[in-house]
Amino acid sequence: MEITLTHYLVLSSVLFAIGLIGVMRRKNLLMLFFATEILLNATNIAFAAISHYIGDLSGQMFAFFIIAIAASEVAIGLGLLIVWYKRTGKIDLDQMNSMRG
Amino acid sequence: MELYLYIALFAPLVGSLFSALFTATPKASITGYVASGLLFTSFVSSAILLSYVTGGHTVHVEMMTWMATGDLYIPFGFVVDQVSVVMMMVVTIVSTVVHVYSIGYMDHDKGFNRFFAWLSAFVFSMMILVMSDNFAGLFIGWEGVGLCSWGLIGFWYHKESATWAANEAFIMNRIADLGMLIGIFLLYWNVGSLQYDVVFSEIGNLPLNIVTWIGIFLFIGAMGKSAQFPLHTWLADAMEGPTPVSALIHAATMVTAGVYLVIRAHPIYDLIPDVGYFIASLGAFVAMFAGTMALVNRDMKRIIAYSTLSQLGYMFVAAGLGAYWVALFHLMAHAFFKALLFLGAGNVMHAMSDELDPVKMGGLHKVMKGTAVLMILASVALAGIWPFAGFFSKDKILEVAFSSEHYILWGTLWITAGLTAFYSFRLIMLAFFGEARYKNFGFHPHEAYRFMLIAMSPLAVLALIAGWFENDFIRLVTTLLPGFHFHTHHVELILIAVTSLMALGGIATAIIMYRNGPLSRKWEERFCYKVLINQYYIPKFYEEVFSKPYKELSRLAWKEIDVKIVDATVDMIANTIYKTGESTRDIQNGNLSSMLRWMVIGLVVLMALAVAFTIGYNAVNA
Repeated sequence: MEITLTHYLVLSSVLFAIGLIGVMRRKNLLMLFFATEILLNATNIAFAAISHYIGDLSGQMFAFFIIAIAASEVAIGLGLLIVWYKRTGKIDLDQMNSMRG
Repeated sequence: MELYLYIALFAPLVGSLFSALFTATPKASITGYVASGLLFTSFVSSAILLSYVTGGHTVHVEMMTWMATGDLYIPFGFVVDQVSVVMMMVVTIVSTVVHVYSIGYMDHDKGFNRFFAWLSAFVFSMMILVMSDNFAGLFIGWEGVGLCSWGLIGFWYHKESATWAANEAFIMNRIADLGMLIGIFLLYWNVGSLQYDVVFSEIGNLPLNIVTWIGIFLFIGAMGKSAQFPLHTWLADAMEGPTPVSALIHAATMVTAGVYLVIRAHPIYDLIPDVGYFIASLGAFVAMFAGTMALVNRDMKRIIAYSTLSQLGYMFVAAGLGAYWVALFHLMAHAFFKALLFLGAGNVMHAMSDELDPVKMGGLHKVMKGTAVLMILASVALAGIWPFAGFFSKDKILEVAFSSEHYILWGTLWITAGLTAFYSFRLIMLAFFGEARYKNFGFHPHEAYRFMLIAMSPLAVLALIAGWFENDFIRLVTTLLPGFHFHTHHVELILIAVTSLMALGGIATAIIMYRNGPLSRKWEERFCYKVLINQYYIPKFYEEVFSKPYKELSRLAWKEIDVKIVDATVDMIANTIYKTGESTRDIQNGNLSSMLRWMVIGLVVLMALAVAFTIGYNAVNA
């Protein structure tokens, strides 16, 4: 069986759904980062597949950008997470409510 | 000469501003002296200008640009020609006298300084009105005198009736001023300029119906200012103000502004004799109408106010029939003797502790000889007895009516001449002669200050001699105004005799009827007395037909529309926002997890919308 664009897109959607559920349900900050990584990579797959399908490289270029930005985001995020953990000893999302309105 | 023009114009303003500096301080006599002195300066400058203008010159200056946008160009320009110089003389003479008189009259008043600030400001506005060389400047002066009149009628603002009268005068004049503004707009629209010289040279090229409308609307403005029917009710109520104000504003100057406007705009009215005839008819009607109301009134100042109305009617008859110089002549003569009459009434009022009912006076000539002489003199002049000023001017008006073959107008004015003489002498008889009834009411009258009587004397002299200069006057003003061709030389003497007999008859009747004091009470039961004392029920009619429905409408607009619709709408919007905020503030609970959930919900909604719109768009375009 040949692997078509549809397969890639289905995979991308499934990964995106998993990522969304992770973002919504997870209470652990580390797991939240994992979930965002899954979201980003789901889009990367869609970009790369569609780019290949229509023969235009800009989609893949975008994927590279996203990877680069995701890496820096994770670096900053993890840095903040370590500081937070050192201060409170916890990385539970429900505890982070000092911005309450 | 320009220097004198500026002095004449701005000296009253300086006096006003100077007095205004002291409005918050207790009485300072210096304000009265300075204001009067500056007014006198203004008078002297006007006199110099008069002698200059008599030599056949005119002064025309453009002080500065006022408005210049696109095609619109209106300068602050002033002109001293044969008409405006006469008005300037009248205004400055009467106001100088009134200023000096007021120093004595307002002596014990707390608002002494404020009074002079307003009074001089009035004179300044009046000077702008008469000296402006365009309709826009005239309108500025027109509104300025209206404002000062408001301030002075309501001068004793703690009195409810005074503030009411001030507002009534102001509102009535606003109604008329709207008409005048429309007239000015029409002029600008059709001529493209408001300068007198441009307007009057172009006006002949306009279609006649437009000229007619312009004439009508300008006259509506004049009707308000000169208190012609049906906008006349404010003048009698304006007597709430201090008496010098009544003398200056509501007898001599401001109320004649309407006549001045018609005279000034004579090239317009020359083209539309039908409107002129309407003006004359209205004038004759008002002359008689106001004269009858004066017959029975029991308020000294109101009697004189109705008499003013009546005389303004005379002026409009002359102006409407095209005899502009006669109107101006009567305006001038009337200003002198009517101001004198009012100032005399002020003396009586002071002597009688502000009592105005002549029935409660009687026999005052024994204690107030000077005032009595001056007032009798003014009344004789008003009645039109030779050789007083009123004789020459009023007789000319009757002659104009007769000569232009408007015999009904002539008859009306002729009867009114008798009424005028009658009510003037009714007032004199009741106040100054007969039994001293004031003793029954516990009054202790005293003569006014000597300097007040001396201040009044120039007016008395002018009331006597102003008519003697008729020929000089004609020569002066007819260089600008059209002459009037009389066809009555063959009956001139008969007319004069008939009119004089009417006036003498009126005087004699009054003297005989009131020689023993007021008439019996039985008169007051009669129907015609009740109609007249209630001013033909016109104020009541206005109250019922205009004021009350308007008040009801205002109440509806307030209670029903404003409170229940406008306010409710605004409140509803505010409440909705407030409640939405209250109920949605839970979203901001600071929990990252729930925020993320909201974000996802938003994303889903946006995507759903995008899909829905795409489907809809394709369906429509398919």
